[in-house]
Amino acid sequence: MQPDSTRDLTVGLFVLIGLSTLAYLSLKVGGLEFSPGERIELHATFDDIGGLSVRAPVRIAGVKIGQVSDIGLDEDLRALVSMEVDAGLPLSIDSSAAIRTSGLLGDQFISVELGAEDDVLKDGDEFTFTESALSIDKLIGRFVQNSGVSD
Amino acid sequence: MSSLVHDLGARSSSLVGSLGRVSRFGLSLLRALPKRPTRFGFFVHALFDAGVLSMALICLSGFTVGMVLGLQLYTTLTRFGAAEGLGAVVGLSLVRELGPVLTGLLVTGRAGSAITAEIGAMKATEQLDGLRMMAIDPVHFVAMPRALALTVAMPLLNGLFITLAIGGAYVVGVNLQGLDGGVYLSGLENAVRFGDDVGQSLLKSLVFGMLLGLIATYKGHSCAPDSAGVARATTSTVVTASVSILLADYMITALWGV
Repeated sequence: MQPDSTRDLTVGLFVLIGLSTLAYLSLKVGGLEFSPGERIELHATFDDIGGLSVRAPVRIAGVKIGQVSDIGLDEDLRALVSMEVDAGLPLSIDSSAAIRTSGLLGDQFISVELGAEDDVLKDGDEFTFTESALSIDKLIGRFVQNSGVSD
Repeated sequence: MSSLVHDLGARSSSLVGSLGRVSRFGLSLLRALPKRPTRFGFFVHALFDAGVLSMALICLSGFTVGMVLGLQLYTTLTRFGAAEGLGAVVGLSLVRELGPVLTGLLVTGRAGSAITAEIGAMKATEQLDGLRMMAIDPVHFVAMPRALALTVAMPLLNGLFITLAIGGAYVVGVNLQGLDGGVYLSGLENAVRFGDDVGQSLLKSLVFGMLLGLIATYKGHSCAPDSAGVARATTSTVVTASVSILLADYMITALWGV
């Protein structure tokens, strides 16, 4: 078969365009990271995690710093949430973790409120102060009960 | 009654027989893959036919599908006050299902049928026998480069389709309907994950490409050597490949886990 430089060029262009769209989908849309920055694992126990799911974001002041890596039960049958957080952030040991809701669709995430101590959380440490998810059901139930009493 | 049982038996054994022949042909394609010479020129030629010539169709279809998705979903989501979810819905439906499946079906019609017709015509004019007479394996010389080209082209065209569809939905959702562009794109990027969604999309398009490559070349090789046979084989490629792609799509989705 005769080599045809125009055809080879268009085929090469096609492969390049195809690969760049795949790269866009993987890196930008899919959020693939080749060298994820160093992460530390932190734990927190909650009475009620509501609808929190694995891969939910962990945020400080609304900025994403990590994600939930695992959800399970500890020996006291409380919800034990493990999260991967960017290393090198000075999270003081009396920081607190709260489960909050964002958006209309009710995506839940963990919001970290900084404490005042000088010592910082290390890999494998646990949050001392936690705040469970706010349950709308419970709130409504309490409201209905209260209004029933006042009648 | 006995003729009914007879008929059933004949049908079953012919079905099993054709499945066996397809598998054996697939095996001979795999065996031809590492054989020397590499037939790289033929592969590039086949990639030109299957990939480059499908690009215009894939771009146009992708953009149109994206525009329709943007229009339909924006109107429906607005009714629930959740227009911000447009990016997430568009991204997930495109990356997981619509991209690979529609690309597979379009390439089947655009390139798969042409490959069957080409190989079928070679068979009808006894070119394949001529190759065999010169001790050239027609599977290695004719079928393998084309099947490989379809397998390579499918994921690339899939990426092109999805990217243009995301663009089409952007044009309708953001430029025409007035949704905020940042909301659309961040919703899209937050919802779509590499491991679950993009990986699944790539696997699907790769499997669809292999299926189409196998079916298109097999149907060409096994067609009856006359003009009616080539016509039947071409139709059969489009039907068989489309059904296989849809079935394989369900199986991959079910096995991967939603």
